[in-house]
Amino acid sequence: MLPYLDAAYNLARWLAGNDHDAQDVAQEASLRAFKFFGSFRGENPRAWLLTIVRNTFYNWLKKNRPAEIAGELNEEALAVEDISANACMANLHQADAEMVRRAIDELPVEFREMIILREMEGFSYKEIADLSDVPIGTVMSRLARARKQLQQSLGGEFQAGGVK
Amino acid sequence: MNCQQARPLIDFYADGELDAARILELEKHIHDCPACALAWRNAQTLKKSLKQEALFFTAPPELRRAIKTELHSQVKPRANFWNWNWLNAVTTSFASVCLALLLIVTLARPSAQQQLTQEIVSSHVRSLMANHVMDVISTDQHTVKPWFNGKVDFSPPVKDLAAQGFPLIGGRLDYIGGRGVSALVFQRRKHVINLYIWPAKEKDSKPASAIPIQGYNLIHWSQAEMEFWAVSDLNEEELVEFVQDYTTSPL
Repeated sequence: MLPYLDAAYNLARWLAGNDHDAQDVAQEASLRAFKFFGSFRGENPRAWLLTIVRNTFYNWLKKNRPAEIAGELNEEALAVEDISANACMANLHQADAEMVRRAIDELPVEFREMIILREMEGFSYKEIADLSDVPIGTVMSRLARARKQLQQSLGGEFQAGGVK
Repeated sequence: MNCQQARPLIDFYADGELDAARILELEKHIHDCPACALAWRNAQTLKKSLKQEALFFTAPPELRRAIKTELHSQVKPRANFWNWNWLNAVTTSFASVCLALLLIVTLARPSAQQQLTQEIVSSHVRSLMANHVMDVISTDQHTVKPWFNGKVDFSPPVKDLAAQGFPLIGGRLDYIGGRGVSALVFQRRKHVINLYIWPAKEKDSKPASAIPIQGYNLIHWSQAEMEFWAVSDLNEEELVEFVQDYTTSPL
């Protein structure tokens, strides 16, 4: 499992938000993965390890920061996108890493994980749905919503900077 | 297709999750509609922003050490060694070993293709492990190509894909399928792509879909009488992108 430790740590670090907690989560998950590797039957060990990281993280979150688990995400709100609101959509420019990092950190954790799994780990919708145990439709709507928020914060920051 | 229909599809398209029929419709709409064209550009810009290498966290060395120490210190669970019914145990295990051997001999004889892909993955892993990724270190295709002269009995097509985000970082000699082959080394972020090249025995073939082996992806094709195998721990989507860029870019 050590070959995928970077991926495991990366996910844990984005979810937990700091190095110390991320190391705890990644270590516990890796040890668990080793313990249960004998029962692993799938094809993709990286996805399997990240599933364990994710589950370990949510258990950890429940214990240590229960307030951060959003009770009810308003998933439907974005089902119908309001095109008219985009009429004055700004041209998005490539943002520097620090700005992007802040924008991702501002996302609710359930949305953040979708972005990490899709954009950084390159998993398909189906793989993300399996990995995070939610329906594929939820994956798509969470991704859409996360991206909308990211575009808003990155576009907005850009404009503010441009005016100054 | 109108904007209301097109807008949600833009993300699916950018993610490579849209079916061919709707891709055509969407492309036509984007071509005709400036607002949706902007949305499409923004989706791509956002994607690029999120894939910056600086955003990836790598595991700190102390974490790696801590896990190794923990693993070594874990005592193996003690089996109920003395309570076994020995005769039963021995007979059953003997029987299962026989059965397993029989199955292995009859079923699991690997095909030539399986053997080759396994050999390629092993070579890829070995090249990373032994820190022997490159014999010639150069990002210049005109340095790498002549280097192979006299070392292999063919001249591999060397291309640099730095512009497409897959910089060439060097080349190496390797030995696969009973012959000397050339390996070109490319990089995307921290992922290494080994591209193995040798003269083809068969006709040209388009890149096949990626074969996953032990968490690595392999893509095979042949072109201009050369056989190509790309292997990396890169995700499938980006390896496909690499192969597309390699096959379409000029020498």
